[in-house]
Amino acid sequence: MKTHTSWNAVCTVDDLVPESGIAVWTEEGPVAVFYLPHRLPALFAISHTDPFSGANILARGITGDLKGNAVVASPLYKQHFNLKTGACLEDDSVSVKTYSVLLDGNRILLETADVQRQAVAA
Amino acid sequence: MSKKTLIVIGNGMVGHHFLEQFVASSKAADYEIIVFGEEKQLAYDRVHLSEYFSGSTHADLAMGTTGWYTGQGIELRLNEPVTALDREQRTLTTPQGEYNYDELVLATGSFPFVPPIEGREHPHCFVYRTLEDLDAIRASAHEGKSGVVVGGGLLGLEAANALTSLGLKAHVVEFAPRLMPVQLDADGGALLRHKIEELGVQVHTEKATTAIVEGENARLRMNFSDDSHLETDLIVFSAGIRPQDTLARTSGLEVGERGGIVVNDQCTTSDPHIHAIGECALWEQRIFGLVAPGYTMARTLASVLNGDNNAAFTGADMSTKLKLLGVDVGSIGDAHAQTPGARSIRFNDEQAGHYRRMVISENGKTLLGAILVGDNSHYDSLLQYALNDIPLPENPETLILPENQGGAPALGPDALPETASICSCHNVTKGDICKAIDAGCADFGSVKAETKASTGCGGCTALLKNVVDCELEKRGVEVSKDICEHFPYSRQELFHLVRVNGIRTFRSLIRQHGMGQGCDICKPAVGSILASCWNEHILATDHVPLQDTNDTFMANMQKNGTYSIVPRIPGGEITPDKLIVLGEVAKEYDLYTKITGGQRVDLFGATLSQLPEIWEKLIAAGFETGHAYGKSLRTVKSCVGNTWCRYGVQDSVGMAIRLEDRYKGLRAPHKVKMAVSGCTRECAEAQSKDFGVIATENGWNLYVCGNGGMRPRHADLFATDLSDDELIRTIDRVVMLYVRTADRLQRTSVWMENLEGGLEYLKQVVLEDSLGICAELEEHMAGIVDTYQCEWKTAVEDPEKRKRFREFVNLPEQKDPVQQWTSERGQRRPVLESA
Repeated sequence: MKTHTSWNAVCTVDDLVPESGIAVWTEEGPVAVFYLPHRLPALFAISHTDPFSGANILARGITGDLKGNAVVASPLYKQHFNLKTGACLEDDSVSVKTYSVLLDGNRILLETADVQRQAVAA
Repeated sequence: MSKKTLIVIGNGMVGHHFLEQFVASSKAADYEIIVFGEEKQLAYDRVHLSEYFSGSTHADLAMGTTGWYTGQGIELRLNEPVTALDREQRTLTTPQGEYNYDELVLATGSFPFVPPIEGREHPHCFVYRTLEDLDAIRASAHEGKSGVVVGGGLLGLEAANALTSLGLKAHVVEFAPRLMPVQLDADGGALLRHKIEELGVQVHTEKATTAIVEGENARLRMNFSDDSHLETDLIVFSAGIRPQDTLARTSGLEVGERGGIVVNDQCTTSDPHIHAIGECALWEQRIFGLVAPGYTMARTLASVLNGDNNAAFTGADMSTKLKLLGVDVGSIGDAHAQTPGARSIRFNDEQAGHYRRMVISENGKTLLGAILVGDNSHYDSLLQYALNDIPLPENPETLILPENQGGAPALGPDALPETASICSCHNVTKGDICKAIDAGCADFGSVKAETKASTGCGGCTALLKNVVDCELEKRGVEVSKDICEHFPYSRQELFHLVRVNGIRTFRSLIRQHGMGQGCDICKPAVGSILASCWNEHILATDHVPLQDTNDTFMANMQKNGTYSIVPRIPGGEITPDKLIVLGEVAKEYDLYTKITGGQRVDLFGATLSQLPEIWEKLIAAGFETGHAYGKSLRTVKSCVGNTWCRYGVQDSVGMAIRLEDRYKGLRAPHKVKMAVSGCTRECAEAQSKDFGVIATENGWNLYVCGNGGMRPRHADLFATDLSDDELIRTIDRVVMLYVRTADRLQRTSVWMENLEGGLEYLKQVVLEDSLGICAELEEHMAGIVDTYQCEWKTAVEDPEKRKRFREFVNLPEQKDPVQQWTSERGQRRPVLESA
């Protein structure tokens, strides 16, 4: 069955920090939103939870690029995650969830699973 | 002999480059130099103009500084257009006055061509050339939803990218049947169009605009000759450039039929005292609209004016490699196969979105040109084949096939002939690079400085790096002290670049000297270097994204994502009242409390959003940040000293406090620890510190470069019986030398061991001033001391900086659900299911 999703405004442009990340709370849990103004597209969203420590910290990592791919480094144990695919560069078996994100005027919209409709469908 | 006057009209990239070259030549001393610029700003990097929309400032884009001009004795007259030129009297006129010249250089550049369309004067119609144009576009975009770029060439697509970054729905309108008609063929243009449309930019080809009128649903409406139309809120014209040759025309210099100041191979015009370079110059009926040929002309003219009779401009390679809206595009030489007998080989992978075309000579021996769309990884190799007439392999198609389909590996630097041009901006060949290395250049930075290679557009940085590494390796030199893939430099070299060039942001550093966007290795290292040099607040907007999380939030992250807080307690001396405040704050926020090895108190378990509140309370009680999170001075440990101790011979607590207050906040390659013992019994364990001070009957003995940790090392005795001031002066010098020359994350011990000559050498430099740098080191240190600020105090007082401390920006009340707690020995500690 196809997952129902919806686009939700999670913050505004003013909340973003250029070349860095912020965390927002969604129905799916904490999500990290990154703003890299020198790339196109400039917005990325991945789970805020670091799979290695279980802590909610990925938005606080250092961003950059490795071999041209946008990445964030976990602030705890320094593994890198590809911001586009969620793949961990140091460990093939680990990845984090990615989310679609877009700019609508001044608002940042995030596509997350529609938890309530999910529950009804189940 | 009185000096002659050289006047340069135009302060753009080429004009600036000419000055850089000319002032370095021997004849420069014979001239007074005056520069006129029409724009208000100093010359800036127009190639990267679009970065102005993504946060770069004029300072980031500037080619030099006004200080540089002053230092060279050049009179810089900006915002002063030259209105008339009298060749007979050799004078020129501006609104401010009249000036005489002996030699005149026209570097007036070009202006954007706006096709004569009815309605083009509408206030929401723009061109894309100067920072002022960009300011106007930004203002117009603020209220708008969509924008059109007229012209699908290189600059037009760049402009479309800029409109997208301003949040507009962007359209490109092109008269020709495809995008980038000059550089690409039909297949390449089609693929580029497909890729760009995927990114949300709509492309309209074969459209001729007939009129611009008021729109119905948007500000403007463009009517096309095929009776279709398009509504838009703003229009940017990018339909080509025209040489700015007005002064030449009005003064009767020879100009081309379609514009351009006619010059010969020496870049001299029909008047022997007037020269023209860059986009305003017409050489053999050609205008060169790229920066590299402009630089070549600038260099030629500088040599000519310096008396070099052999200097000549002989045309330039117009190959280009760029990323447009994230899509790789490359065009080399005869891309359209116009050479008689030329034949093509094409590789077109629609699945992957890669298109490659090689144009080869009739006999199949040489590469004449190429087109690349979607993947530029073959560009460097192909360019070398084309520029150097390297004979093609038997199956030339292997050069553009993917490697897993029998493609040839990229042309290694070893395969290039000595004559291969590596840097076309500065015309540096592989042979020049080898010569520089044989003459003693032993790393990338010095080759670059010696040959000027890769200091123009920077496109050859990677290739140059490969050639240098390869040649060094051949000579048995161990290479790569590179900090990471983004900078071909060691930390020490980066420090030097930042300091000498006055670079103040990561962005300018990586744009001028690196590649890519940076990473978690180079960003904190550069952040630390910038702090060591300029001491700006680490949470200033430009510096925020450079810091490790501990520096960003000025606390130490623990395994569950909460933070610990260590206020500064200089020398370990604390009043009962302050101790009570620590207790009260810890109690209020239920913080796990532990005494550290450095005579301080560590408070664990604060959440991100609690940090500013907690610090407000600590600051109100007189505490300052302890920098436990930074690569900086941590603590100066001390014993109680002669104030109380019956064995003490000096006031060790007093000295510890003095040292801690002096060096607090200084950013260093790694953490720095110090200690002061009041007598030889050494209760403060000073010999295990980076800087250990032990009291004597006559003053202080200084020990340096010790540490505890994984690889403990006793500090070495460095100087004996120093007075208070001598002690501080000596530490100033050693600390600063360490900050300037150590590698990233290198403690003082390893740094000193790696110095050629070790401890003895360090003594000569610091105690005998053998390099004559001690005054500078002390001055640098004094500057840091003078600009100290408590980072936490500045942060809690600034609402913008406090915004960073929200755990979830959309739900301030939301608690982090993974942070769960239990109790142990009467205090809280985290429960965390380890993954």
